[in-house]
Formats: sequence, C-alpha cells, structure tokens
Amino acid sequence: MSLQFVVDGLLAGSMIGLGAIGVTLTYSILRFSNFAHGDFMAWGAYATLAVVGAIGAMFGKIAPIAPLSFGWPLIVALIIGMAATGLLALALDMVLFARLRAKGQAIIVVMASFGASMALRSLLEFIFSSRPTYFSRAIQIARPIGFGIRITPDQIALLLLTAVLVLGVHLLMTRTQTGRSMQALSQNAALARIVGIDVAKVVRVTWIIGGALACVAGVMIGILIQIRPFMGFEMLLPMFAAAILGGIGSVPGAVLGGLIIGLAEAGAVQLIGAEWRAAVSFIILMAVLFVRPIGLFGVRER
Amino acid sequence: MDLLGYGAFFLTTALIFSLITLGLNLQWGLTGLFNVGVAGFVAIGAYTSALLTTPDDAARLGGFGLPILVGWLGAMVVGGVAAAITGIATLRLRSDYLAITTFGVAVVVQLVALNAQKLTGGPFGIGFIPRPFGGLAETPLLFNLSNLAIVSVVTLIVYLALEHLSRSPWGRVLKALREDERAAISLGKSARFYRVQAFAVGGAIMALAGALQAHFTGFIAPDNYLPALTFQVWVMLIVGGSGSNIGAVIGSILVWAIWAGSGALTSVLFSPEQQARAASLQIVAIGVMLCVILLVRPNGLFGDRPRRSRFGKGAKAAPDESAALS
Repeated sequence: MSLQFVVDGLLAGSMIGLGAIGVTLTYSILRFSNFAHGDFMAWGAYATLAVVGAIGAMFGKIAPIAPLSFGWPLIVALIIGMAATGLLALALDMVLFARLRAKGQAIIVVMASFGASMALRSLLEFIFSSRPTYFSRAIQIARPIGFGIRITPDQIALLLLTAVLVLGVHLLMTRTQTGRSMQALSQNAALARIVGIDVAKVVRVTWIIGGALACVAGVMIGILIQIRPFMGFEMLLPMFAAAILGGIGSVPGAVLGGLIIGLAEAGAVQLIGAEWRAAVSFIILMAVLFVRPIGLFGVRER
Repeated sequence: MDLLGYGAFFLTTALIFSLITLGLNLQWGLTGLFNVGVAGFVAIGAYTSALLTTPDDAARLGGFGLPILVGWLGAMVVGGVAAAITGIATLRLRSDYLAITTFGVAVVVQLVALNAQKLTGGPFGIGFIPRPFGGLAETPLLFNLSNLAIVSVVTLIVYLALEHLSRSPWGRVLKALREDERAAISLGKSARFYRVQAFAVGGAIMALAGALQAHFTGFIAPDNYLPALTFQVWVMLIVGGSGSNIGAVIGSILVWAIWAGSGALTSVLFSPEQQARAASLQIVAIGVMLCVILLVRPNGLFGDRPRRSRFGKGAKAAPDESAALS
C-alpha cells in the first residue's frame, strides 16, 4: 500500500474538517444539526466561480501565480464568496431558523433545514444545471516528495490555507471576548444570558464563521475535484461524523475528526475501492455512537 | 377508459406513498422520532422482496422464486430489523443523532444498491419482479384496477391496525413519552424500549410499501430511492398533519396530485432540453412549501389534537395549538 493515501486523506480531511467546524458550532450554540450546511459549501463554490467569471470579464485573462493553477482573481473571489456564503447563512437563519427556534421545538428546526437543503440544492441545479464545472482545466504535475508520495503545488497551498484558518478560528474561540461568549453560550445558555451575553451577536458570528468556512471547503473541492450542485450534500455525512467523532462543540475536535475520516476514506479507497468511500464515515459514526457518543473532546450533556 | 386506467394508476401510486407516510407517522407523529432515511427503508423492502420472489438469475445472488406474500413478509422483517438496529444505536442519545444516523442508513443503502452488483444488480437494478395479476397485463385497465384493489386493501389493513395501536395502551405510552418523557418514565415505562419498538414497526411498514411498489412496477433501480423520496414523504406527512393517520393518507394523495400535476404541466410548458431544470424547480417549490407550512401551520390539515370527546374535557384547549399561536 503506497503512502500516497496520506496526502489524499489530509486533503479530504481538510475539506471535511472545515465543514465540520460549522456543523459543530451550529449544533453546540443553536442546538440543532443543520442539514443545509453541505449546501452552503456548494453555494460558496458557485458564488466564488461567478465572481471569478465577473473578474475575468472585467480585466481579461490573468496569468496564474507561478506554480499554482490559479491567479489573484480566485483569491479575491474566495474572500467575496466567503462573505456571501456567510450572508446566505444569516439570511436563512433570519427567514427560517430563528422563527422556528422561537417556537422552541428543536427537531422542527432540523426538519426545516432538511427542506431548505433540498430547495437550495435544486435551485443551484436550476441556475447552473447539474453539469460539473471547474475553476481551471489546467493539469498540474504532481511532484515527488519522497516515500512514494506525490503532491501538487495547489494541494500544498490549500493544506497551508486550512492550517491558517483552523488556527485563526481556534484563536478567535479562545482568545477573544466573542469567542468566549460563544463557548459560554454553548456550555450553558441560561447562565450566559443572565451574565448579559449578547445572544443575537453570538448567533450572527456563528453563522458567518460556519458559512465562510463552508465556502472555503467548497472552493477546495472545486479546485481539486469539480463543482457540482450535489457536492455539498455528499459531504454532509462525513461532516456530521467528524463533528460527532471530535465531540460536539469542539473546534479542534471537528478538525481532528475530519482528518481521521479523511485518512480512513483514503485508506479504504486504496484497499477496497473508491465506490465504497461514503460507507467509511457511516461505519465510524456508528462506532462512535456505540462506544463513546460524546466523542473525543466532548463534554457530557446536561 | 384511458382516464379510468390512469386514475387507477395514480391512486395506486398515491396509496403506496400513503403507506410510507403512515409508517413515518408512527415514528414521528406518534412517537416523535425523526427519520431522514425513509428512502433507505423503502429500498430495503423493495430489494428484499425482489430478491426473494424473482426467478433464479445467474448474474446475482438468489432469485429464489418464492411466492409474493413471502416476499412482502420478508421485506417487513428485514426493514423492521434494520430500523430496530438503528434505533438501538441512537435512541439513548439526543434526537439529532437519530436524524443523522438514519440519513447515513439511506446513504449506505443507496451505496449497496449501486455497488453490490452480486446482490442488487447494481445501477441496472432488478427486473422481472413477479406482479400480482401479471396474467391480466394484456388488458391494462383490469390490471390497474386489480392492483389498486390489492394496494387499497393493504393500506386499509395497515391503517386500521395503526388506528387500533394508537388507541391501545401501547400507543398511549408512546404519546405519553412524546408529550412528557419524565412523567412517563416515572410511571415505570422504559422510554428506549418503546421507542425502538415504534421505530421498528414504522420501518417495517415503509419496507412493506417499498415491496408493494416493486411488485407493482416490476422493476427497481437505485434511482428510485434518492433523498428526494424521503423529502416527498415528509412533505406529505406535514401537509396532512403529523399525528393523524387519516391526515397521512389524505396528505399523501394531495401532495402526489400536486407533484404529478406540476410534473405534467412542466412537460407541456418546457422543451425537452429544459425539462431537467424545470424538474429541479419543482423540488425547490416543494422545499419552500415545507418550510412555509412549518412556519405558518405546523399542525397541517389534520394535526394531532387531544381527543376531547372521550374523556369529556371539552373545555381544555389543545396545548400544541396555543403554543403555535404564541
């Protein structure tokens, strides 16, 4: 078995992990599992693609940055896409989730997110058709780095980006007042309200972080694989499994869970075959639920 | 005559949906268990029954050529066991975990249907599934009507059984658990045990519906059991009003009428190239409809209300209604 699966696994794990951060934050702070989170990924990828197209129309063709397959337009577009996806999440919360939350039945919110997911995905299919598209059709040469592992410049850049983003979110959660408010709200909502934490603001920040990271994950999938309306929905099960494996509410846990699932998937692809990839996260999920339902870094629910 | 034939065909499909919705109503409406993997349990039933009843096929396992009734019973057993295992794994945890796990079940069932060629025929599916009254296929009208009769009888039996169950002590425990878990547990009822039972029976009903559908069309493929199916069934239950069995049946017929009608409309209005896109718009519309109903009228048409006449407490207002208004 070649060690190539380590690189593939780390990349898949980065995509899953970035999505799982949003899932775990929504779950621990807003107390529902958001089935529309995968579709934020797809919307982020398509929004970024649209902005890249707009920049291309305005400035003509722009050469990519030396070894990478993309140039500055994609970087600018990614930042705009992150903002747009954050706003989409906020808007969905305002029209739908916040109103249902006010009625107080958590599971109804889950059902609404399921309906919203279906609508969002089909809307993408309607606008862009279900045919896959790409940020770039250029083929990158993978360079050997020893131990029989090959990696492309794009892959290195995206792994670094993931590391920076995860570190950033971790610092935000532990070092800033907003982050501490988020943790307080997830640990004890009633007490957090009593000490005067601005719940509405925490909810807003949660959606924006979740949406923005989902967009990055979607764009990663777009750069390394392809863009399709179903791309996010197919990431849903791995993301949920990662969030539960890491322990609900834990950002490092979500990322570690994502990496474990990504590596397990890549290993399974080599050993069993690519068609069974999606079963890996289900098996891990079931194992966690039977053995340790609070996950690696989870705290017992009150 | 054509219209009558189409009517019978339409009603048969709608009643099979009703059966699935009845299963979901037992799980969600009566017990409060959230199942996002409905399509998976329907598929389990369809494939089990197909494997048991089709004639021997060298390309895959089985084709045991058993009678259709054995296929239906087998479907219910396998579907029920699958649901029970899912329930045992998740019902001691938060309700969201059940949702996520059932979602995973549907994904895995779809994967097995697509990839386990030896078992399921892979993407090409299974054909030559014996049809009840297959001998009448020469005269479509008679064939459709006799199928409708069978499906109606099965639906009626399941409906009456569920009505009986929901009034029985067993059903009352489920309702008590849904409304106030602590109070029910304090009366010595094991919440998890009752929920696993309800979830398993619901799964068995969904599997039976899948089997009926398979024998009605004679051919099944993985594409029949996509997440859109789960979604349709949920909309049917919510429109009809969760908690009410009659609501589940009427909601299914109504939503299927809207679905089939809008499908026919798009095929008239749009050119063939545009049809796939128009179909996705159809799903958007239904998704928005689900969200709007949840926001505006969470009880649906026949939402569950406390039975006032039986205990003579007519003055007591329905608690869930007042909660919805506030």
